[in-house]
Amino acid sequence: MTDWNAIGIVLALVIPLGAMGGIWLFHGRPEQRERVTLVAAGLLLLVVLSLLPSVLAGLRPEWVFAELFPGIAIAFRVEPLGMLFALVAALLWPINSVYSIGYMRGNNEPHQTRFYGYFALALFATMGIAFAANLVTLFVFYELLTLSTYPLVTHKGNDAARAAGRVYLGILITTSIGLLLPAILWVWSLTGTTDFTVGGLVGDKLQGPWLGLLLFLFMFGIGKAALMPIHRWLPAAMVAPTPVSALLHAVAVVKAGVFSVVKVIVYVFGVDSLHAVPAASWLLYVAGFTIIVASLIALRQDNLKRRLAYSTISQLSYVVLGAAILAPVSIIGAALHIVAHAFGKITLFFAAGSIYTAAHKTEISQLRGIGWRMPWTMTAFSIGALSMIGVPPAAGFISKWYMLLGAFETQQLFAVGVIVLSTVLNAAYFLPIIFTAFARPAEDDPAQHGEAPRPIVIALACTAGLTVLFFLFHQVPLDLAGQLVELPLSDDFQPNGSQPYVPPSNIPQALP
Amino acid sequence: MSLGTAIAQNLPALQVVLPLLAAPVCLLLGRGRAAWAWATLVAWLGLLISLALLLQVSDGSVLRYAFGGWAAPWGIEYVVDRLAAMVLLIVSLIGALVLSYARHSVDAEIDADRQPLFYTLLLLCLAGLLGIVITGDAFNLFVLLEVSSLSTYALISLGRNRRALTAAYQYLVMGTIGATFYIIGVGLLYMVTGTLNMADLAQRLPELAHLRTVKTAFAFISVGLALKLAMFPLHLWLPNAYTYAPSVVSAFLAATATKVALYAMIRMFYTVFGAPFSFGTMHVEWLILPLAAAAIFIASVVAVFQHDIKRMLAYSSVAQIGYMLLGLGMVNLTGLTASLLHLFNHALMKGALFLALGAVVYRIGSTNIERMGGIAREMPWTMAAFVVGGLSLIGVPLTVGFVSKWYLLLGAMENGWWPLVILILATSLIAVVYVWRVVEAAYFRARPAGSAPVSEAPLTLLVPIWLLALANVYLGIHTRPLIGLAGSAAADLLGVGP
Repeated sequence: MTDWNAIGIVLALVIPLGAMGGIWLFHGRPEQRERVTLVAAGLLLLVVLSLLPSVLAGLRPEWVFAELFPGIAIAFRVEPLGMLFALVAALLWPINSVYSIGYMRGNNEPHQTRFYGYFALALFATMGIAFAANLVTLFVFYELLTLSTYPLVTHKGNDAARAAGRVYLGILITTSIGLLLPAILWVWSLTGTTDFTVGGLVGDKLQGPWLGLLLFLFMFGIGKAALMPIHRWLPAAMVAPTPVSALLHAVAVVKAGVFSVVKVIVYVFGVDSLHAVPAASWLLYVAGFTIIVASLIALRQDNLKRRLAYSTISQLSYVVLGAAILAPVSIIGAALHIVAHAFGKITLFFAAGSIYTAAHKTEISQLRGIGWRMPWTMTAFSIGALSMIGVPPAAGFISKWYMLLGAFETQQLFAVGVIVLSTVLNAAYFLPIIFTAFARPAEDDPAQHGEAPRPIVIALACTAGLTVLFFLFHQVPLDLAGQLVELPLSDDFQPNGSQPYVPPSNIPQALP
Repeated sequence: MSLGTAIAQNLPALQVVLPLLAAPVCLLLGRGRAAWAWATLVAWLGLLISLALLLQVSDGSVLRYAFGGWAAPWGIEYVVDRLAAMVLLIVSLIGALVLSYARHSVDAEIDADRQPLFYTLLLLCLAGLLGIVITGDAFNLFVLLEVSSLSTYALISLGRNRRALTAAYQYLVMGTIGATFYIIGVGLLYMVTGTLNMADLAQRLPELAHLRTVKTAFAFISVGLALKLAMFPLHLWLPNAYTYAPSVVSAFLAATATKVALYAMIRMFYTVFGAPFSFGTMHVEWLILPLAAAAIFIASVVAVFQHDIKRMLAYSSVAQIGYMLLGLGMVNLTGLTASLLHLFNHALMKGALFLALGAVVYRIGSTNIERMGGIAREMPWTMAAFVVGGLSLIGVPLTVGFVSKWYLLLGAMENGWWPLVILILATSLIAVVYVWRVVEAAYFRARPAGSAPVSEAPLTLLVPIWLLALANVYLGIHTRPLIGLAGSAAADLLGVGP
């Protein structure tokens, strides 16, 4: 059993890496090349799913690749939060691949082999982040994810793409080397280990303001979480083809950021030790500020992808906020929001790309009446938007609910206020789009167009379906998130009869 | 005595004598491939000898070889310990790879009738560098330093650009001053101790440490070697020398020459004068640290503004030497380990980078960043290797650059020198900028108007480039052997434990 789990980790890393090789190999033969991507994506999903039962049963599969320095290894360990993150990425990769094929061909994009190759490499890095057992491994794959997505961001190769690539790389590398690496070194010099440890590492080693400073280094070092004022790389990354924005800059890359934030708060600081330190409470306010201000900026964007990007910045800070509230329930909310936002936001980006492919429109003001021409796309868009606002029956409601519960439980009225106000703002920037698309009369558009190519429609219908299904069936993610915060109480967590256990076979049923 | 045992017993001598005696043979072999093939064969044999020596001393034993059977301190003694074996290995490894690479590159850059001379000089330079590392005699070190230096001056002057002549002349003046300072220092030591053998000197110097003569000798030797290793601000000869030398020579020098001079400095500070004198009495670290910090920062910034990529890498080398000196100046085990690691690792990364540039020169005849626009589309393998080397230079995890930076950071933290931690991280970011300029130009710009299409470099160039590039990654993952070697060599120097 344990053996299989270790093999599972290896496979989860090898499959995307092998896919990259296969994709280069079939350069110039698009049919086979796309088949490599799809097969690899399907296999990865199966492998990640195969790890799920043992993680739910309390096991923590491990695999050590190499020891870099005495005491520091490139090692992997599947814990609940990583499982959840890997599951989301692995679930959305096949769907996104179907979408990519439709989009890249529909738009006659050049350099498709490079595109799919680096995409697979980015998934490899994502799996590494999800399963990282210590800070150094996390850092290695975090940097790899930055580097592997750079060619995707600059895919178009024009001046705008190059300038955006510079911002992208500049901010992400500067923060990670300048702040995250010293933070890791600091932890190592204090404790002699960087392993993620239940209950935290530094709680009893650092006091007061120093803990606040270390938290600062980590939170702003993890630039992928896009806390203000280091969020600019995310709108810049929107020059990439839409499938990149959809899977990487709404799911893999940004979620790697907030995932690391939650992981650091839970496993490096320890919730209890942060609770006791007033100097660490600034995070709540920075997250709240980011949520509100990013929403306000989103309100003013006419470019659809830019509005979605600022919405992402705002939604990412929900996860940070959920973790910063430091109540177990709100951390469950944060973990669930990683999933819920992923499903919703990928749907929204799919829709944006669908509109671009079919109608070549990028601005919200051009979308009048488009809902009747592209009913599938705009219905899916509406579901995604409802999830962002947090209206049932969409996924966003669940996670917001848990965060609100946590905020009330700990009497954090500031957090409650932020969540309520941002819900209003979310509604204010999403509902007008839906209104424009369905209720306004269409312009005289010489270019008659209908729905986008079929792969695109299939993909966005799938993710919209997932958004609703998550509202109905979220027992598995909830169990995983529950283990995340329960673990400090009992280290040798064992399953028992009363534990609600949903067999993992529920998840594939949600797939096409 | 069979031939096998004779060779085995005389390995330390063969390490130096083989390339030294093989060098003139190149001249006799005349024009054509023969000279190259001979030099390459000798370089690979040298690598085998280095490996054999490393195996013999890897358990911590010290190999002492009395030259010509004359016992020290009258005769010249060769000494191989773990530190020497490690530096011998990297020098002969780079020598073997660079010579394997040389044929096409030299054909393109050097007139056919000068090629035998070129290989002669390269082998002489190799012999000199290996000799500096292996010798246990302070005066012999000077002789071998001159062997390597004189051949280097001539090698640089073989560059195609006429400015290579002034570069070589500049280096000749500075190098000669350095060597003179060194020999003055050695002379002063001989005056008070009556010996030139390093082990002997180390024994006699502690009781003479109060003498002003010894202190003066220390100052002369430090400055002399600082010139040879291009310690800021004595680095002025280096950028021109690296820029205008033939590609093969740039790669060879960048990867070995300054490292060997640094090795000599470490030997002098730790083995001859001893850490208590060098750091306790003379406080040489107070001189080294600020200069190293300045080198790292200023040279990194200057590198960003270079148009010629070879020149950019040359300034980067000045900064990287700064890192090594920084580790040396920390005067703790971790710092010294970092310094030795970086000495080895920097040879791997700069070797890969300069060889990749050599392939670019081979195809387009220039390393100007404008002329290199879009080159990655036509030479994907070459530029991919450049990216790997560049990532290692930045210190990205899973490359050797990360390993040495990690130890450097730990050493700084051990001393509680937080500003240095910030400096190291900040300059890593500057390295990102200068490496990325090249990547952006090579991958995103269009080929300059009017430039003829070129094809990928031939395999004989690509294989050595990629061997070095992959070594950067392989040793960045399997770090244990190298860390073990550098760590134990540093422990030997500090006289602490195994």
